[in-house]
Amino acid sequence: MLTYIIRRVLYSIPVLIVSSFLSFTFVSLAGNPLGQLRIVPNISQNTLNNLSHQYHLDKPIPIRYMYWVEDVFTHKLGNSLQTLQPIWPDITRTLGHTLQVVMTAEILALILGILVGIFSATRQYSFFDYFFTSFSFLGFAMPVFWVALLLQIAFTDIYLHWHVRIFYASGLNSVPGGSAWSIDRLQHIALPVLTLMIISFALYSRFMRASMLDVLNTDYVRTARAKGLPEWRVIMGHVFRNALIPIITVAALNIGAVFGGAIITETIFTLDGIGFYFVNRLGAGDVYAVMAYLVVTSVIIVLFNLIADILYGFLDPRIRYE
Amino acid sequence: MSEMTSRPDPRNEHEGLVPGEQGIGRMLSGQAAVVDSTVAAGLEIKARSQWAYARKRFIRHRLAMASLIVLTFVFGVGIFANIIAPYSYQAFDLTNILHAPTTVGHHYFGTDDIGRDYFSGCIYGIRTSLEVGVFVAFLATIFGLLVGAVAGYFGGWIDNLLMRITDLVLTLPALAILLVVAALLGQGSQWRVSFILAGFFWTGLARIVRGLFLSLREKEYVEAAKACGSGNMRIMFRHILPNTLGPIIVNGTLAVATAILTEAALSFLGFGIKATTPSLGKLVASGQANPTDWWLTVFPGLIIVTIVLCINFIGDGLRDALDPTQRRLRA
Repeated sequence: MLTYIIRRVLYSIPVLIVSSFLSFTFVSLAGNPLGQLRIVPNISQNTLNNLSHQYHLDKPIPIRYMYWVEDVFTHKLGNSLQTLQPIWPDITRTLGHTLQVVMTAEILALILGILVGIFSATRQYSFFDYFFTSFSFLGFAMPVFWVALLLQIAFTDIYLHWHVRIFYASGLNSVPGGSAWSIDRLQHIALPVLTLMIISFALYSRFMRASMLDVLNTDYVRTARAKGLPEWRVIMGHVFRNALIPIITVAALNIGAVFGGAIITETIFTLDGIGFYFVNRLGAGDVYAVMAYLVVTSVIIVLFNLIADILYGFLDPRIRYE
Repeated sequence: MSEMTSRPDPRNEHEGLVPGEQGIGRMLSGQAAVVDSTVAAGLEIKARSQWAYARKRFIRHRLAMASLIVLTFVFGVGIFANIIAPYSYQAFDLTNILHAPTTVGHHYFGTDDIGRDYFSGCIYGIRTSLEVGVFVAFLATIFGLLVGAVAGYFGGWIDNLLMRITDLVLTLPALAILLVVAALLGQGSQWRVSFILAGFFWTGLARIVRGLFLSLREKEYVEAAKACGSGNMRIMFRHILPNTLGPIIVNGTLAVATAILTEAALSFLGFGIKATTPSLGKLVASGQANPTDWWLTVFPGLIIVTIVLCINFIGDGLRDALDPTQRRLRA
C-alpha cells in the first residue's frame, strides 16, 4: 500500500511538469505581460527592451519556463509582471474563499445525495424515486451558468419587489474584510453554494442509487435477509456500507472537477475566489498569475485523483495493489 | 417449428439482461408471429442482423424515442432557421427594446436590449449549437478512436505513451485551458471553437476503445484473420472495429451534449464564438446584463436544457439497445 502511494506520488511529478510546461506555452503565447505598458506614451522602446530583458521575455519559451520554475520555488509562485506584486497572497486569499464555497457545497451535496440515493434504491419505482430521478436528469442537462443566473435573478427580484434580503447575489461580505463564518458571509455564499450543490447532488444521488441497487442484488444481502435480520439492519449494515465505496471515489474525482469549474459560478456571483481571479488576470494578460492558478488547480486535481485511488483501495480490501 | 421459436437466436442471448426490458417472453412471441407468417408463406426464416435487433430494442425504449422526436423537431427548427425565424438575428429595432414576450409582431420570446427579436436569435442559436455539437463529437470520435485503437491493438510502449498523453490531458484543468487557448486565438468561428473543444473531448473515448481493443485482440477470430494473412490495418478496422461500434456510438452521442454545454459556457464567458454568430450561451449572457428581464435568461437556457436532456435520453436508449451488457452509470 505504502509503496503504491509513493509510486503514485512520484508518477504525478512528471505529469505536473509536462502539464505545467504545456500550460506555460499556451499562456505565454496568449498574453504579452508588457502589452499594457506599450500603450503608455512616454515609455521608450529602450525601456521596454530593458524590461523585457530583465524579465527574460526575450528568451525562448523553454528558457522562460525554467526561470519561471525557479521563481515558483524560490519566490512562492513569483511576482505578477503587471502589478509587480507578489502573487502568493492573492492566491491564498482567493483559494480560501473558493475552498469554503466548494467544500460546503460538496459536503452538503454528498450528504443529501447519499440519503436520497438510499431512499430511491430501497423504494425503487416509487413517486419519490421518479421525482429525484427526473431531478437528477435535469441536473445533468442544466448548464451551470444558467442555474447560477436563475438563482441570481430570482433573489435579486425578491429584493427589488419585497425589499427582503434573503441571500445576496454577489460579493463575499457587505463590508470588505468581514468574518469568514458570519451570518453575513453565509448569506453571500449561499447562492454559489446552492448552484454547485444542485449539479453535484444530481450526480451523487444517481450514483448512490445505482450503487445501492448493485449491492441489493448480491448474495450476501440475500444471506443477511435469510438469516432473519431486520430490514433496516440489512440496509444500513450490509448494503449502505458497501454501496458507499464507489461514491467516495466519484466524490473525490468530482471535487477536483468542481474546483476547476467554479470559474463560471464565481464569475457570475463576482465572488473573490481563485476562478474569478483567474478570469480577471487572463483578461489582463497577466502570464504569471494565470500560471499560478493553473498550477494550483492542477495540483488540486492530481491530489484528489490520488485521494480517490487510495481511498478506493483502503475502503475495499478486495482491491490489491501489487 | 415450435422448437425453432422457443430457441432464441444465439446472438440475442443477452436480451434478457437489459435492465427495464419487458423480458424475453415478449420478444419471442413477437418473433413467433414473424416465423408463423414466413413459414405460412413457405419461406425460410430470414436472419436478422445485430443491427435489426438493436433497432427493435431502441424503438421499444419509449423515453428515447420521444426524445428523438423532440430533438429532431428542435434541430429541424435550427436547420431551417432562415425559413422559420420571423426576423434576421441581427435586425434591430431601437424603438422596441426589452419588450416582454408577445404575439404582436411575432416576438414570442420578447426582444433584447437593442430590439433584436429573441425568438429568431434563439432559433439561429440552435443551429450554431447543433453545428458545434455534431462537429466536436465527430472530430473527437475519429481522434479518440484512432488513439484508442492503436494503443489497444499494438500495446507495449505505444500503448504506454498514448495512455500517458491521455492521462495528461485529463489532468489539465479543462475549462481554464480552454479559456487560455480561446484567449490566445481570440473569438472565432464555430468551426475553430469546435476544433479546440475536440482537443479535450477525445480522451474518454480513447480509453474505452483501448479497453475494448485490448480484450478483442485476443479473440479467436483475430487469430484466424492473422492466420489468413490479414494485415494489422485490416484486422483493426475490418474485424475488431465493428465489434466496438456500440460503445463508440453511445459515447459520440453523449459527446454532442457535453460539447453543446461547454460551447455555451465558453460563449457565456465571452471566450467562445465571435460576436456576429448567434449562440445560445451568448444569449444567456445578455440575460445577465438585464436581470429584471427574465425572458432573456429563461428561453435560451430552456432550449439548451431541452437539447441536452433529449440527447442524454437518446444516449441511454442507444446504450440499452447497442450495448446491453453494460450497466449505465452516469458520470
